[in-house]
Amino acid sequence: MKRILVGIKRVVDYNVRIRIKPDGSGVVTEGVKMSVNPFDEIALEEALRIKERGAAEEVIVATVGPADCQPQLRTCLAMGADRALHVQTDTPLEPLATARVLRALTEREQPFLVLLGKQAIDDDNGQTGQMLAALWERPQATFASKVELSEGKARVTREIDAGLETIEVDLPAVVTVDLRLNEPRYVKLPDIMKAKKKPLETLTLEALGVTPRAQLKTPRYAPPAQRHKGVRVKDAAELVAALKQKGLL
Amino acid sequence: MSPNILIVAEHNGRTLSVATAKCVACAATIPDAHITVVVCAANAAAVAAQAAAVSGVHRVVTVEHPIHEHPLAAAIAPQIAALAGPYSHVLGPSSTFGKDLMPRIAALLETVQVSDIMAVESATRFRRPIYAGNAVITVEVLDGAKVVGTVRTASFQAAGTGAQAPIEAASPVAPPTHTRFVSVSAAKSDRPDLQTAGKVVSGGRALGSAESFQMLYRFADKLHAAVGASRAAVDAGYAPNELQVGQTGKIIAPELYIAIGISGAIQHLTGIKDARTIVAINKDPEAPIFEVADIGLVGDLFEIVPQLEQLIG
Repeated sequence: MKRILVGIKRVVDYNVRIRIKPDGSGVVTEGVKMSVNPFDEIALEEALRIKERGAAEEVIVATVGPADCQPQLRTCLAMGADRALHVQTDTPLEPLATARVLRALTEREQPFLVLLGKQAIDDDNGQTGQMLAALWERPQATFASKVELSEGKARVTREIDAGLETIEVDLPAVVTVDLRLNEPRYVKLPDIMKAKKKPLETLTLEALGVTPRAQLKTPRYAPPAQRHKGVRVKDAAELVAALKQKGLL
Repeated sequence: MSPNILIVAEHNGRTLSVATAKCVACAATIPDAHITVVVCAANAAAVAAQAAAVSGVHRVVTVEHPIHEHPLAAAIAPQIAALAGPYSHVLGPSSTFGKDLMPRIAALLETVQVSDIMAVESATRFRRPIYAGNAVITVEVLDGAKVVGTVRTASFQAAGTGAQAPIEAASPVAPPTHTRFVSVSAAKSDRPDLQTAGKVVSGGRALGSAESFQMLYRFADKLHAAVGASRAAVDAGYAPNELQVGQTGKIIAPELYIAIGISGAIQHLTGIKDARTIVAINKDPEAPIFEVADIGLVGDLFEIVPQLEQLIG
């Protein structure tokens, strides 16, 4: 079976203005709206489109995290994923450990393609996809804005600092997606009903043979330095004068 | 053991990227750091000579192989992993080059990566932004693990030149064959580079079309400024993707940033908050960009920009 594995992460919704706990021990997540990481939604959308044009037979969505992650997996099933894998743990994993979990899932599911967001919008680490590719000893194509599949190969256009780069990779491969790859579909009510009947399997780290080891601790969370509020000028002439005064013109 | 730091050079085959000199500046803030720069290239001589001149660099190592004509993470990572043994830290810039490459190196070394280092507190303690810069965390690498990191280049001034570090050649490891470069479409431009320019003129959705973006290019040329764009402007097709400034685009720190018709979404502000002076021109007086602007001007950009052009002459 030609399978695509899509990794997703449950994150604070991108519209939420985050708050830091007064004691600096973390970010407030209680009572805050949680969503599928937007980049991961784009990854899933791409997988669904590949399946819809007949180049894949099954789309599996997977996440690692506490029991609370299941609504996000259901959202993905409602978008169109065929089944979901929930690797359940209350221990927050570092990207390398998450990559090890995904590596174990590639062994189990034998996908020809793994799609992930290029980064999660909470930790902004941008590591998991590349780490998975390294552990799997397979190619990576990061920051994808176009993915074209042919027999045993993928041609991927990547958004890089210089412009657009195209590389060709042998399959299986890991592709991490950028914003302009596609626009994810909206979930319709009947799909939400249907998603309730789709298989959602719960796995443990032990069953996958992954023992997470913390290599990093985060002793402090702080707000960013604020810029001072500036002045208003009334017209172009005043602006030019102000810039000249600062020696910028 | 004093910190022994390996920095992966970013370059285009001819010129060392300024991002590498910023990595050197970051590494040099670690007390007693011994700094080596590694250049993977098809022909490394020119870039290696530039790296050897960067102040603070103690040694340059070159690895020459035809596969390194274009920077492919799948080819560079095993090479760096093979060299990394004696080093306590392996650093690269937080550009798309480094973001692509460094996690692959970290995984090969089975170690942790610290992304977007904005400040060094010690050899094992760093500060980095999360949530699009809405929080800054202090992280500590535990148990003597090797530190792989990307350096948030906007947080560091490039190290100067004047060093004369020795250059040595290392032997290449066999690269994988599963990844092949096809092409790159980089817009040829005589304008200053967005990431290193002292002045940047940036346009948003309010420009309304690719044609009106031309007005911005003319204005930028008068100022000898680079041109940037908000995500909305890039998504709308007014400007190419490489001009995008913000959380998922470029993070920049120019002397002067002029935001024209940009409302100032938090993801955009993340990309500019290290700019020395921010100027905002927007017709909406409530636009969030004014919260961070040093100088704000409320008005119609289609009237103001031509006036500015004339006044500057």
